[in-house]
Amino acid sequence: MSFKRKDLLGLRDISAEEIQYILDTAKTMKLILTSNNKKTPHLQGKSVVTLFYENSTRTRLSFELASKYMGASSANISASASSVAKGETLIDTGKTIDMMGTDIIVIRHPMSGAPALLAKNVKASVINAGDGMNEHPTQALLDMFTIMEKKGKLEDLKIAIIGDIYHSRVARSNIWGMTKLGAKVCVAGPTTLLPPCMSKMGVKVYSTIQEALIDADVIMGLRIQQERQKKGLFPSLREYFKYFGLDEKRLKLAKKDVLVMHPGPVNRGIELTSSVIDGDHSVINEQVTNGVAVRMALLYLLTRRGGTGETDN
Amino acid sequence: MKLIIKNGHVVDVRTGRNGIFDIVIEKGIIKEIGKNIEVTGGDVIDATGKYVIPGLVDAHCHLRDPGYEYKEDIESGTASAAMGGFTSVACMPNTNPPIDNQAVVKYVINKAKQEGYVNVYPIGTITKGQKGEELAEIGELKFAGAVAISDDGKPVMNSSLMKRALQYASMFDITVISHCEDLNLADEGVINEGYQSTVMGLRGIPAVAESVMVARDILLAEYTNTSIHIAHVSTEASVDLIRHAKRRGVNVTAETCPHYFSLTEDACDGFNTMAKVNPPLRTRRDVEAVIEGLRDGTIDIIATDHAPHHIDEKNVEFNLAANGLVGFETALPLVITYLVKPGILTIEDVVRKMCLNPSRILGLNKGVIDEGRCADITIFDMNEEQIIDVNKFKSKSKNSPFHGFKLSGVVYHTIVNGRVVVREKVLL
Repeated sequence: MSFKRKDLLGLRDISAEEIQYILDTAKTMKLILTSNNKKTPHLQGKSVVTLFYENSTRTRLSFELASKYMGASSANISASASSVAKGETLIDTGKTIDMMGTDIIVIRHPMSGAPALLAKNVKASVINAGDGMNEHPTQALLDMFTIMEKKGKLEDLKIAIIGDIYHSRVARSNIWGMTKLGAKVCVAGPTTLLPPCMSKMGVKVYSTIQEALIDADVIMGLRIQQERQKKGLFPSLREYFKYFGLDEKRLKLAKKDVLVMHPGPVNRGIELTSSVIDGDHSVINEQVTNGVAVRMALLYLLTRRGGTGETDN
Repeated sequence: MKLIIKNGHVVDVRTGRNGIFDIVIEKGIIKEIGKNIEVTGGDVIDATGKYVIPGLVDAHCHLRDPGYEYKEDIESGTASAAMGGFTSVACMPNTNPPIDNQAVVKYVINKAKQEGYVNVYPIGTITKGQKGEELAEIGELKFAGAVAISDDGKPVMNSSLMKRALQYASMFDITVISHCEDLNLADEGVINEGYQSTVMGLRGIPAVAESVMVARDILLAEYTNTSIHIAHVSTEASVDLIRHAKRRGVNVTAETCPHYFSLTEDACDGFNTMAKVNPPLRTRRDVEAVIEGLRDGTIDIIATDHAPHHIDEKNVEFNLAANGLVGFETALPLVITYLVKPGILTIEDVVRKMCLNPSRILGLNKGVIDEGRCADITIFDMNEEQIIDVNKFKSKSKNSPFHGFKLSGVVYHTIVNGRVVVREKVLL
C-alpha cells in the first residue's frame, strides 16, 4: 500500500492498515537510527517546521532529530499560549509558514482541534504533536511500536491505562489506535478524572487500579498535572498515589512479562515508584528511542504522499 | 391603498379560523375577513395553496446593535427576520453598551423605526451591565419600552439577587427571562458533556448546569409568587422540571429553539464551530424530551436565539469560537420539517408557539389575525422544499449549521403593519 494522507491529525480516523504501514516503515527507520551512520537522504530537499504553542522537550526534540537525521531543512517556532487569543490567528500564522515553502508543519497546541483547523487552511502536511485533550497520535504510534517490538502483536493484549484519562490526549490516541489493532484496552483512575461515555470508545472502565491490573500485558501510567489537584479534581497527590500509584506490589497483579510504559515526564513516586520506573518491566527509555523512529517514518511517508514521486491528485 | 390576500388557508388560534379566506387590509389594519370577497382595485396577493398565519413573533434574538454592527445591525437583522416570516422580534440586551438603561432602549426603538423591516421590541437587562451584581433600573427600562428583562448570555448566579429581581420586576408586570446556566458547573465548557466532549477532548458543559438553574428559578418564582420565563430549554431534566412546576401551578413559561429539536451534539464532530452554541447541542434523549415538551405544551414558545457572528469569530479553534447561530431564515422550515411533517405539531400548534404565546408572554398584542387587528401576516408554502444556502441569507452573518440541509416550507410573503416587506420570497 501507499500512504495517501496529507496530514496526520489523530488515530481516530485512520485505518488499522495505515497504522500498520507506519509501524512497518518505522522498523526500517529504527535500523537507521541505531546504526553507526545516522544519516539518510529520505527528506533531502524537504522542509519541516515545528510550531509549538506549548512547552515540550521530548516530542519537539524527537521531531527535530528525526528530520535532521533524514536531511530535511528544519526550523522551530515557539509561541506562547497566551498569544493565541490576542495575537495573530492560527490560520494566518499557518499561511505564513506555508508560503515559505514548508512541506510539513508539526504543531502542538493547547486547544483541541487546532491542528485540524490548520490543516484545512494550509497546503503543507500537518502532523499533530498534541492538541489540548484531543489526540497525540505520534506518542500513541511510538507506544504501539514499542509493544509490537516486545510482544510481536497488539491483538488480544490486555492494556491498562492508569491515571488522568480526562485530560489525556495520549490516552485518547492510544485507545483509538490500540483498539483498531485488536487490543483489549481498559482504563482506571479517580472517577473525577474519567470522562463520560468512555465505554462507547470500546474500552472497559474501572475505578480501582487492581481490576485494571489483573493479568495486564501492558500498563501505561499517565502524567498527573499538579494543577488538577489545585482545581479540586482529587484531594492530594498522597491520596492519588495511595489508590492509583503503581508499585512493586501492585505490579504483581499483572502478567509476569508485563510491560510498564509512561509517556513522560514521570512524577517519581506519584504515578509510579522509582523501583518500577527503573525496574525490569519498564520500557520507558525505549519508548523515547522509538519515538524518533516513528516520527522519521511519518515525516517520510507524508512527504511521499501519493506514492514514489508521483504527483498526488 | 388596499391590500387583499386572496384564497389562502388562514389559520388563527385566537379566533379559531381554519380554512380558505380572503383578507382585506387597509391602512395597516385588517378590515375584513371572509369568503370570496369581491374587491375592485388594490394590491392583490394570491395565496392559493399557501398558509396564511399571524406574523411570527420571535421572543429571543440578538440584533447586535449597538456595538457589534459588524455581525448584524437592526436593518440587516430585521431584513433576515422578515425573510424568515417574522414580523415582530424581541432583541436581547447583550449589546455594547448593553440595553441596561433608558437611552439604549430608546436608541433601539428609534433605529428600528427608521430602518427596521419588522417590529422590534428591546429586552432590557436584569442587572447593570449584565454583571449580576446590582439590579438595573427595571422600572425605567419598562417605561422606555423594554418588553422584558434578561441577562441572556449570562446567568444571574447570585440566587438572592435573582429573587429580588423577580420580586421587583413583578411590581412593573415585566417578564423576566432567565438564561439558565450554573457557571461553576459549566466550568468553561464549550460543548455538551458527553460522548463528543470525551472523544474530541473538549471541556464539557453538563446538562445539569442548565437543569439546576431551571430548578432554582422555578423555586424562586414559586416562593416569591411571581412569574418566570425560561429561555432556550435544551435538556430532558429541564423539560421535566418545567412540566412538574406547571402542574403545581407555578407561573413558569418556557421556550426552546429549532436547533434543540433538530440537532444533537454529534453536529459538533470534526470541531464544527457552526454547531457551537450555548446552551450546547445535547443528546438524542434530550432532543426527544424537548420534542415531547413541545407536543404536550410544557414548552410554550419556539424562539430562534438568532445569534449572528462574523466568520472570523467562527473560523478559529473550537475553544475560541463564538457561541451561537443565525436562526431567522431557517426557523419555520425547521419547525415544519422536524415537527409538523412528522405529525408532532399541527399548524395551529405552530401558530400558538410562534405567534400567540410569544406575543402573550411579552405582552405585545400580536399573534392574531382578526378584523380590527394590526395586519402582521406571514404566508408560506408548507410543501415546497429548499436547500438551505447561507450565502443567500439577508443576515450579515452566515453562521448556520444548517447549510446544505434540505427542508420543507418556504416563506413567500411577509406583511408588517399592512406593508408587504417580503413578496414572492424577495425582500422589498
